[in-house]
Amino acid sequence: MNIVAQINSILAALILLTAFGLLVQRRIYGLLHLFAWQGLFLSISTAVVGFVAGAHHLYISSVLTLALKVILLPYILHLLILRLQIRKEIDAVVNIPTTMLIGIAIVIFSYYLTAPVRELSTLMTRSTLAVALATVMLGLLMMITRRHAVTQIIGFLAMENGLFFAATSATYGMPLVVELGVALDILIAAFIFGIFFFQIRTAFDSLDVDQMARLKEED
Amino acid sequence: MILLILLGISLFSAIILAFIGDRKYAPEINIFGSAATFAAGVALALEVHFHGPIVAGGKFFFVDAFSVYLAVLTSFVSMTTAIFSRRYMRWERKHGRVGHWGMRFYHAMFQLFIFAMLLALLTNNVGVLWIAMELATLSTVLLVSLYRTPSAIEAAWKYFILCGVGIALALFGTVLLYFAAEKVLGEGGEALLWTNLNEVSGKLEPTVLSLAFVFLMVGYGTKVGLVPLHNWLPDAHSEGPTPISAVLSGLLLNIALYALVRCKVLVDGATHSHKAGYIMMGFGLLSILVAAFSLLRQKDIKRMFAYSSIEHMGIATFAFGLGGPIATFGALLHMLVHSLTKSSIFFTAGHASQMHGTQEMDKIGGLIRGNPLVGWGLVAGVMAIVGMPPFGVFTSEFLILTAAMKDAPFLAPFLLLGLGVAFAALFRRVQPMIAGEVPESQSPIKAAHIPVILHMALVFVIGLYMPDFLAKWFNTAVELLK
Repeated sequence: MNIVAQINSILAALILLTAFGLLVQRRIYGLLHLFAWQGLFLSISTAVVGFVAGAHHLYISSVLTLALKVILLPYILHLLILRLQIRKEIDAVVNIPTTMLIGIAIVIFSYYLTAPVRELSTLMTRSTLAVALATVMLGLLMMITRRHAVTQIIGFLAMENGLFFAATSATYGMPLVVELGVALDILIAAFIFGIFFFQIRTAFDSLDVDQMARLKEED
Repeated sequence: MILLILLGISLFSAIILAFIGDRKYAPEINIFGSAATFAAGVALALEVHFHGPIVAGGKFFFVDAFSVYLAVLTSFVSMTTAIFSRRYMRWERKHGRVGHWGMRFYHAMFQLFIFAMLLALLTNNVGVLWIAMELATLSTVLLVSLYRTPSAIEAAWKYFILCGVGIALALFGTVLLYFAAEKVLGEGGEALLWTNLNEVSGKLEPTVLSLAFVFLMVGYGTKVGLVPLHNWLPDAHSEGPTPISAVLSGLLLNIALYALVRCKVLVDGATHSHKAGYIMMGFGLLSILVAAFSLLRQKDIKRMFAYSSIEHMGIATFAFGLGGPIATFGALLHMLVHSLTKSSIFFTAGHASQMHGTQEMDKIGGLIRGNPLVGWGLVAGVMAIVGMPPFGVFTSEFLILTAAMKDAPFLAPFLLLGLGVAFAALFRRVQPMIAGEVPESQSPIKAAHIPVILHMALVFVIGLYMPDFLAKWFNTAVELLK
């Protein structure tokens, strides 16, 4: 039992590590690989928790994560990047060391915020809830600091990873109907941002979202 | 059974319209589908009215007075919007603003959007509510960018990203809620059902629920368009096609507020305090003030009324936060009359911009002479929305203001200030548009009058006389939300 908890903690650490990796990685393919790795760790972690807790619906969730987050979405994004011929990423608004420092502050804040939940929970996964919240927040930070449409989407999907991880670590997973519905929504979202990339590209000639500054309050 | 019919019609229409979306009779099918949905909605309402709340489908569905009134409102406004969009979208198609595939997509997604909203209202499951809210966002994102102009794409991208992030935080809140509920109700799907949660809300862990509410507030608050999470709203409303602005403003914001209020009731039950209410009052009041002052600076007609929506959702949120029977009654009424009035205003504003080929208010003029029904429709709508008697918005705002003076007298002046500024700002802008000579740039259009007349008549009637069944619904809902 103890060993399993440790394995799970290691996986949580790896998920957090990939979240930080996503925050600082500049090359777009590097981001894609990191995102796929994060999905893989999440999928393994879900399966491990499902095995130990005897919660068999978590296996479905794990397979779903594997299929969606490790194979399908990175593949779609890869195709899109090829089709749109994106080579390099544009610089972020905030530089790397500052981003890292903010990220560390976010992790500490997440531990502080989830303290009441950890005290109440009896699950072996309770300590990883803070990591899950941190992953969500780091995804959010990534969306704020990056100005490229594809990077923002990867940040969005990393947030979703954090949410799935939160569901497994706080409660051994949401009810199956909810998990399936969320997966369906993510799939629809994937098609929508795929269409979006082409629309943005046609309208703005690049995927730099900084160019989108028409709609402002004028004085 | 009636529930499945209600949901099935819009889903089925969405599929049919995906195939025939651009044929000549597609708008009629769209209207027919929405009208059938409305009929089913009324049947459901009668059922709830005479036999009380319904729990059906293995506890998957749950309908009470609060959700059924919003379901009827949703199906009604989507029906009138479908009627409006027939003439409006034909004009847009004829003038090349939208193509063959655009029309198909528009019709199918319109029905899917209605389906998502009805699902959010009728489901018993907090998780499914979240899924439906996300589906409602996703189905409208590409409708906002329907015209493919750079500004439309920018608006849609902002809408997608901001609401996506917001709704993700709401999911985290839902996970925390499930965590707290699971302790009391045990594992499995049962722990996420409103019916079960309401029974045990007193036993839920207060610290966890307070934390969950913060996430739910930020998440669903983004969709309600509360300041400072409102940035997507004016853009999405001004750049999308007008029928979509009307349903976003009139319906989607209401549904998001519905989700928030349902969560607030649970949190109040668990914490035995008024903490959640104070948070909502804060967000509400900030929205009223910021939106009222932003109204002064607007140049785009649809953008201006989008800010007015933020203001009115702020009023309703403030009133729900205030609590108490009068304020809650006022808030429920306000959701109803705002939805009817604002969608009617968007109908007339849409036609006004079609007549002038622009949404800039400086270039719009002489509406009453150019097209009396559009002109007078806009006048009536604006009179109603700023809270002039005898329209229904006056009644609801008066109730809310009375309750505020009694329970939070130090906040009432701010509320009044917001209302006053909004009043002045709207009148200053609207008066030059309706009065005066017809400018040369104006061209006549075939406007859709029925929806506007229908909406304004309803708001007028509700302002003068509250039908018994409506009062009974509201009073039952007030009991539920206590």
